[in-house]
Amino acid sequence: MMPEVNVVNALSGGALIGVASILLLALAGRIAGISGILGGLVTGSIAGDRLWRLAFLVGLVIGAVICSLVVGPLRVQLQAEGWQLLLAGLLVGFGTRLGSGCTSGHGVCGIARLSPRSITATLIFISTGMVTVYLVRHISL
Amino acid sequence: MKVPLIALLSGIIFGFGLSISEMINPTRVLGFLDVAGNWDATLLLVMCGALAVAFAGFTWVLKRPHPLFTDKFSLPTRKQIDTPLVIGSAIFGVGWGLAGFCPGPAITALATLSPSVLLFVLAMLAGQWLAASFIK
Repeated sequence: MMPEVNVVNALSGGALIGVASILLLALAGRIAGISGILGGLVTGSIAGDRLWRLAFLVGLVIGAVICSLVVGPLRVQLQAEGWQLLLAGLLVGFGTRLGSGCTSGHGVCGIARLSPRSITATLIFISTGMVTVYLVRHISL
Repeated sequence: MKVPLIALLSGIIFGFGLSISEMINPTRVLGFLDVAGNWDATLLLVMCGALAVAFAGFTWVLKRPHPLFTDKFSLPTRKQIDTPLVIGSAIFGVGWGLAGFCPGPAITALATLSPSVLLFVLAMLAGQWLAASFIK
């Protein structure tokens, strides 16, 4: 049985992600790649380059709060816990930094610019993600 | 002061989009990655919605001489598909498949004040810092 999908919310949520990325690029000339925005905050050294990054990340949280007030409670059902969650976080941080991007930077903004690097990156992380889920759920390592 | 305000507004819209589309729920994301199980199409629809809008918008915006409030577009300059890109993306995918969280949804989900989400975000920051030291 396939999980129930809210098609309208998925498509309109996706469209809003697109709109947010266009706004940041058209008005400020920046790419809405979240691992990159975060990276510049963690290890950035350019003075005056931090505030907009922090503002964007705070905005993400405010957006979620607004959604919970207007639409309904936020559901975050984690399936990993403890060391598995810790390891996952480390790999996501390390990998997105080494690979210069994540689902937003490569998957949305990069593909929208038809960047061969981003198309390659997206195909790779979706593939290794699928293999990982297969191993965890169906081979149960 | 204009750029931080634009970033705040963009972040709010982005976070709202991730929340209403349920991409902040790792169960939805893992359902998409689970092609051998009860496959969940949500992430594919979100990507289609985002790409349709972003592709049209970016094509138009990048024909302008410069952004409205700054003097240039800050775009990635590297063009080559190199080893760090391939290895890094592969490692990211493994972490993504383990927890169902990528950077945007994880930070957005901090709104739930869940200690587990905070643990993931802190580990992610540590991973970024490690990679930055590793690259240098």
